[in-house]
Amino acid sequence: MHNLMKKFALLSFLLSSSSVFAAGGAVADEFKWMTFAVFGCIIAITMAITFWAARSTHSTSEFYAAGRSVSGIQNGWAIAGDYLSAASFLGIAGLISLYGYDGFMYSVGWLVAYITVLLVIAEPCRNIGKYTMGDILAFRNDPKKTKVVAALSTITVSTFYLTAQMVGGGVLIKTLIGIDYEISVIGVGILMLTYVVFGGMKATTWVQITKAVLLVMASLLLVAMVWAPYGFSLPDYLQAVVGDADVQKQVAKLLGDKSANMTPAELGQRFLEPGLFLKNPIDQISLGMALVLGTAGMPHILMRFFTVPTAQAARVSVIWAMGIIGGFYVLTLFLGTGAAMLVGAAKISSIDAGGNMAGPLLAQFLGGGENSMMGNFMLAFVAAVAFATIVAVVAGLVLASASAMAHDIYVGVIRGEKATPKEQVIAARVSSVIVGIIAIVVGIMAKGQNVAHLVALAFAVAASSNLPAVFLTLYWKKCNTTGIIGGMLVGSLTAIGLVMVSPNMTYPLAVAKAANKVLDGEPATLAKEAVPEKISSGFMCELFAMDGCQKAEPAKAAEAAKPAKPGTREKLLVLKAKLETVADATEKATLTAEMAKVQTANDKAEADLKKVEGQTTSIMGLEKPFFLLKNPGLISIPLGFLMVILGSLFTRDKRAEDMWDELYVRQNTGINAEQASVH
Amino acid sequence: MSKTNDINWAAIDADPRFQALHRKKTLFLWGLMIFSTIYYFLLPIGAAYFQDLFKVKVWGVVNVGILFALSEFAVAWGIAVWYSIKANGQFDAMAQTIINDQK
Repeated sequence: MHNLMKKFALLSFLLSSSSVFAAGGAVADEFKWMTFAVFGCIIAITMAITFWAARSTHSTSEFYAAGRSVSGIQNGWAIAGDYLSAASFLGIAGLISLYGYDGFMYSVGWLVAYITVLLVIAEPCRNIGKYTMGDILAFRNDPKKTKVVAALSTITVSTFYLTAQMVGGGVLIKTLIGIDYEISVIGVGILMLTYVVFGGMKATTWVQITKAVLLVMASLLLVAMVWAPYGFSLPDYLQAVVGDADVQKQVAKLLGDKSANMTPAELGQRFLEPGLFLKNPIDQISLGMALVLGTAGMPHILMRFFTVPTAQAARVSVIWAMGIIGGFYVLTLFLGTGAAMLVGAAKISSIDAGGNMAGPLLAQFLGGGENSMMGNFMLAFVAAVAFATIVAVVAGLVLASASAMAHDIYVGVIRGEKATPKEQVIAARVSSVIVGIIAIVVGIMAKGQNVAHLVALAFAVAASSNLPAVFLTLYWKKCNTTGIIGGMLVGSLTAIGLVMVSPNMTYPLAVAKAANKVLDGEPATLAKEAVPEKISSGFMCELFAMDGCQKAEPAKAAEAAKPAKPGTREKLLVLKAKLETVADATEKATLTAEMAKVQTANDKAEADLKKVEGQTTSIMGLEKPFFLLKNPGLISIPLGFLMVILGSLFTRDKRAEDMWDELYVRQNTGINAEQASVH
Repeated sequence: MSKTNDINWAAIDADPRFQALHRKKTLFLWGLMIFSTIYYFLLPIGAAYFQDLFKVKVWGVVNVGILFALSEFAVAWGIAVWYSIKANGQFDAMAQTIINDQK
């Protein structure tokens, strides 16, 4: 097996370091060798870890749970490594760099989520469970039925999250260093499979720990460099942010006409106030519910608690994870505002509209800028950490789905718990390969698709399906099989169904309208009178677009007449004509640069228009969203809980009642909990 | 797992020491859970409906909103530390006396 592993290692190394990259990306071509050297180093370290872990990964307990020999502190770092995905580590810094306060506010929910994990989930799960969420549910409910539903839910949640990671990762690596999308998806897939198949949970854990340590070190260094010039004083630093011309310009751009009467100081201060990005508080609360309850229902997070020897170690691991994750989000406040001030929102969003490049570009700036050796080294380092992040998170997810497939479905249901230990390990490895290949294929197929909502959807399904089932199984005596199955199906299907008709989907008419506005500009408008506030015709009207419904709208001030705005088509013609008359070289260069910018916007709008050509409705046959929130949690989470409760109240299940005493005593005392394997 | 059948789970459940542990834990965990949930949702609610309060500058340019968001981190960490002190000091010891009887 080690021989095969070496071949895998060599192949993945070749894939990531060969010259199969197109020109482009944030790293200049002359410095790309450095990026590959840093990538190579990190891949070499993780391969060494896998080689070492593979030597002690033979039994099922070793493969799924690292022999339950991971210490609390180690597991805390691994949880942080598993949780700080590219979306949260690059995404939140990006949101702060573009929208200030709202980005920071968004990060809070991701930490608060761990309070639920700590107080109600981690220790009972360690005391009751073996390898999967299915084990916990099957303890007192009908084992076969609950294992099938639990496995399906685990695979659904993991696939959503996985697809978002794969697509996000592929795009990120292309933006950073210009490797082709398909090649980076395959590279991530092969690396992750190598860790999982050969090193199981032990290798995955240590890859996550390595990545978390690198990430925290990189962030501490960047924050120290950003903050030190202000003597580490918070007010002095934020004063500089508020006073920065780039920040003020960004706020003016976001506010549009509303900023006309604001002084530069007011504009800067606005960056530290809420409302630039998150406009719908009901949607906020809906997302908050999905985060706070969904994290505790995430299969790859639950699985981490089976790797420690005792419930006490599980407790220690959540506390360390909370320290690391929370500390990291506080650091992102400085990374984000630092990027807004030093790099500028215009440049950040020109490379990636979502702001994901804020952190990497800040690193490049602090190292000395685009053309410096150190700047590119730091960019390479942050890029490599981002790459390690994707691989580590994906490895955790693949392990979680593979365990659901092999342990719950194959061993638990198909073989009726009668598989030999050797068969179980083989099933685990085969399932990992299957899930890994599916992840690669789905990643490639989803190229260019809008997948941002998949992360939120994964959390919503976990919160509406997994969490009510696990929570009520652990804490409610009357809970039973019918309730669990009904609740999980209704919770997850409601969450998915609502997202399918939500604003997250692509609505061709809206896309075409936006694209035409870019291409053709806006016609002149007459002066508009002030519009009084519109009162909502009921709470349901805030959630669904129904006939006779009026959504609440704030009052609008009177507007002066506006002149027509030219579109990119017209702008291009004007610029072209101008270019022909200009002789001065520098002026020519500025004009050419501006033309290139307009051309990019023009091409993008035309591509969008082409994509939706001939379509008028979304894949669900809707012209505009029926469900008005982006996050379904507000409805699907209570519904999931309600169905578990109703299903349990209306049916009787003798086993569920008989096992209650044992479950409740065991989850509180840890008597008969799975022991750590002896080495 | 083979030991499972030797243990009388109903008897442990009825044990007054276990009942005491159950009561203490339930009260403490629910109290913390409800407090932390309310405190967390005050942030989006405040940011949406009490913007004037969030905009009040209290420490240079640092406003109430930023301090409140930072306090969310402090509160989350505070809850984690409080729970671990309570669990390490009290719940674990109470559970241990019950476990010892089973040996």
